[in-house]
Amino acid sequence: MARALITLPASAKRGEAIEIRTLIAHPMETGYRPGEDGRIVPRDLIRRLSCHYNDELVFSAEMFPATSANPFVSFYTLALASGTLRFTWEGDNGFLQTESRSISVT
Amino acid sequence: MIGQARFAACRAVLLVLAATSFVCVAADKDPRRSGFDFMSPQTKAMQQDDASNPAMLWVSDGEALWNRRPGASERACAGCHAAAPESMRGIAASYPRFDATLQRPLDLRQRINVCRVEHQHAPPLAAESQELLSLEAFVAMQSRGLPIKPDADPRAQPFRERGAALFKQRIGQLDLSCTTCHDALAGQRLGSAVIPQAHPTGYPIYRLEWQGLGSLQRRLRGCMSGVRAEPFAYGAPELVELELYLMQRAAAMALEAPAVRP
Repeated sequence: MARALITLPASAKRGEAIEIRTLIAHPMETGYRPGEDGRIVPRDLIRRLSCHYNDELVFSAEMFPATSANPFVSFYTLALASGTLRFTWEGDNGFLQTESRSISVT
Repeated sequence: MIGQARFAACRAVLLVLAATSFVCVAADKDPRRSGFDFMSPQTKAMQQDDASNPAMLWVSDGEALWNRRPGASERACAGCHAAAPESMRGIAASYPRFDATLQRPLDLRQRINVCRVEHQHAPPLAAESQELLSLEAFVAMQSRGLPIKPDADPRAQPFRERGAALFKQRIGQLDLSCTTCHDALAGQRLGSAVIPQAHPTGYPIYRLEWQGLGSLQRRLRGCMSGVRAEPFAYGAPELVELELYLMQRAAAMALEAPAVRP
């Protein structure tokens, strides 16, 4: 199932700053909370979000136990060329999700 | 002739003016407020922007489930109901509804499960499961902005009256009824939280405290354990009756589903 929502303009002028908003479904379990049985729920976090624009890293963020579930991250980048933005979320337990969106720059 | 036409036009303008001023007055006089009005500007912004409203994750799941064939009959929701934006428009705003076969009201989640079992020949989805909430959120999304229109079936009325009685019934070790807080103390604070008027305008909601999506029944059960009463089980007739009454109480208010709440 599609469990990530990415919002960005479909097209932009060259040199324009574009806003990118990402939202991904993830429990972001801290590893400090006891479950219903009293045992500590194992840590399950997204550790890193990175965004590659035509294979060049333009943004990355690290996440920690205080980040909420279903983390929302918004950032800006300069629209320099038409192409693809690739978003990668990496986390505990081998979590890896990659999404791509294309943008046309005029 | 010209004079008559002008007179008619003037009259039309006056009528429109009268109508709009009436609507404004009516809106101002209505003391009912959605939980939305009690939220911080940040939480309001989160709800209003689909790119930041986390409930939209469930909506997109629900859309995928709408087209999936889960059961032996190889039928998807879309197979009978076709495109949800038309067929499901206004549906969530009118549930719970009286079901003639079962002779009792069903809420939207129960209706989805009845459909699953009878028409899709698939096992019912568990209460508060990811799939059930996703389907509910997707259906509710199609009624966004529409006024709440309670079921007009007279056979629902006795159930609604039981819900109204339950709303006023003091329960639990704290000996509180719904009305104690949500009618008499609405707008004041319980700890750090503002007490809303308890209008179910946005369900299923993404509640920041839950860090996830939940139904109206989850919210009702939360309040019940808050007053230290034994909560009714999910799907219990009492909870459906309460839902039925709450929708009547919020009649004509706009549905905001899927909403964000603190």
